[in-house]
Amino acid sequence: MTHPLLSVEALTMRFGGLTAVDALSFEARAGEITAVIGPNGAGKTTVFNCITGFYRPTEGALRLTHASGATYPLASMAGHLITRRAQVARTFQNIRLFAGMTVLENLLVAQHNTLMPNVANGLLAVFGLGGHRRAERAAIEKAKLWMEAIGLTDRADDPAGSLPYGDQRRLEIARAMCTDPVLLCLDEPAAGLNPRESDDLSSLLMRIRDGRDVAGRCSLLLIEHDMGVVMRISDHVVVLDHGRKISDGTPEQVRADPHVIAAYLGEGDEGDDAVTEAAL
Amino acid sequence: MAYALQQLINGLTLGMIYGLIAVGYTMVYGIIGMINFAHGDIFMVGAFLSLISLTVLSGLGITSVPLALALTLVFAAGIAGLYGWTVERVAYRPLRGSFRLAPLISAIGMSIVLQNFVQVSQGARVKPMPEMLPGGIKLLTEDNFAVQLSWMQIAITIVTLLLLVAFTYLVTRTPLGRAMRACEQDQKMAGLLGIDTDRTISITFVIGAALAAVAGLMFLLYYGVIDFYIGFIAGVKAFTAAVLGGIGSLPGAVLGGLAIGLIETFWSAYFSVQYKDVAAFSILVLVLIFMPTGLLGRADVEKV
Repeated sequence: MTHPLLSVEALTMRFGGLTAVDALSFEARAGEITAVIGPNGAGKTTVFNCITGFYRPTEGALRLTHASGATYPLASMAGHLITRRAQVARTFQNIRLFAGMTVLENLLVAQHNTLMPNVANGLLAVFGLGGHRRAERAAIEKAKLWMEAIGLTDRADDPAGSLPYGDQRRLEIARAMCTDPVLLCLDEPAAGLNPRESDDLSSLLMRIRDGRDVAGRCSLLLIEHDMGVVMRISDHVVVLDHGRKISDGTPEQVRADPHVIAAYLGEGDEGDDAVTEAAL
Repeated sequence: MAYALQQLINGLTLGMIYGLIAVGYTMVYGIIGMINFAHGDIFMVGAFLSLISLTVLSGLGITSVPLALALTLVFAAGIAGLYGWTVERVAYRPLRGSFRLAPLISAIGMSIVLQNFVQVSQGARVKPMPEMLPGGIKLLTEDNFAVQLSWMQIAITIVTLLLLVAFTYLVTRTPLGRAMRACEQDQKMAGLLGIDTDRTISITFVIGAALAAVAGLMFLLYYGVIDFYIGFIAGVKAFTAAVLGGIGSLPGAVLGGLAIGLIETFWSAYFSVQYKDVAAFSILVLVLIFMPTGLLGRADVEKV
């Protein structure tokens, strides 16, 4: 059942003389939540940027395997094709909603490829031709399901920028889910959330993993500093430090790993200590 | 009173033409943040394409005026769209990610290229065009002054309004328009949601060029003369209109176009025709000083 969905093989990313990620290998399995953790500057976001096409890795391979058996070499694909063909979606540390567009529109933009398969179709839509109305109705239905799942149904027509922070986070996840991903990459989804919002988020992520009460289902890969969230929801944790993998296993295994404790308490920056103290 | 009413009609018609061109400026600015200085010259190319098309059609013996105009509209908009696409592909896309001034300089270069191309291929002399839609409605007569609403003015107004409604619908209600707005706000994020941003930008240029070509056809029919240089002045005025309305804002572009058309017409009617351009551009200067974001533009408030 759990085939390796994403395999990262000897991934290396250098910026000039700096090696941000050094021969990193790990796997994220289908149907699981995989967390990538590590002190600040460990290279977590760089890994994400490689997976989603923002960076071209210096060396190594990133292979995504669909349930159908089709594989995609993410390292050599253009950004919009990674979303469209390989079906990988992501969110960012800082929220990147289209603030001037409504909640509903944000969810519709994410369904762009089903709504507008080609240019001619996009132009025909002006006249309501080319099956546009039907496609639009289906897209709105799907958006409605997601708005329900994140509890924003009555704010559908408000600009996304006017929502409270926690709602924006969940909307961003819903928007990413509207692209029908097989793998959703979340960069610090719990950052800046209060305990209640962070509980809501955890439950949303687990529902997405299990396909419970939500309109879609996919595997998740997340970077997170909030160890409470990580330990509660992850099936599998990968720990990075200075661009290398220092531990890999279930939350319990990782928590007990002396390398991890050393990385967090021993040689980290000031900021990291606070994180670890809160976490352990 | 009658005189002023006549000027109002003339000014609004002229404003419609400026508005159509201004939409192209404002759209391109919105989506990639550059001023496409070659846009005015696309308008000029559109006017020449219209002239060529009308000449060929009359040579083919097509005497029905509405049919000839409709065919010309499609032809000019289509070919000008191709010009717009090519300009973006050749002169702007390779410079994306370069420093901000690079595409601007490239745009000025494209403007000169298009002007010279038309000057060489079509000749530098002014091209006349016989009136196609003569006559009109006499609205009222006062002190021997008859207020005329010509068929041409009616046609210009109707076509412009139809195009603007269709275009506004496209931008606000269709997937393509949503993709454009998404690219406008955050191109990288739009790409991550599966939108082909390069293609969306290309389409924006094509649509802007097609609208400019329609404006070119109207200009040709309204004034009856064109030359290779009309793109410069009309382009700068339409740009003024876009800035006046608030660059990046679609209704702003139309509003700005109407304002420039009215200012120019009333100035010519009551003060001096020679200084009409001075009046229009003085407005630009005043707006830039006192209302840098224009009538409908919104200021960028940076959150810290």
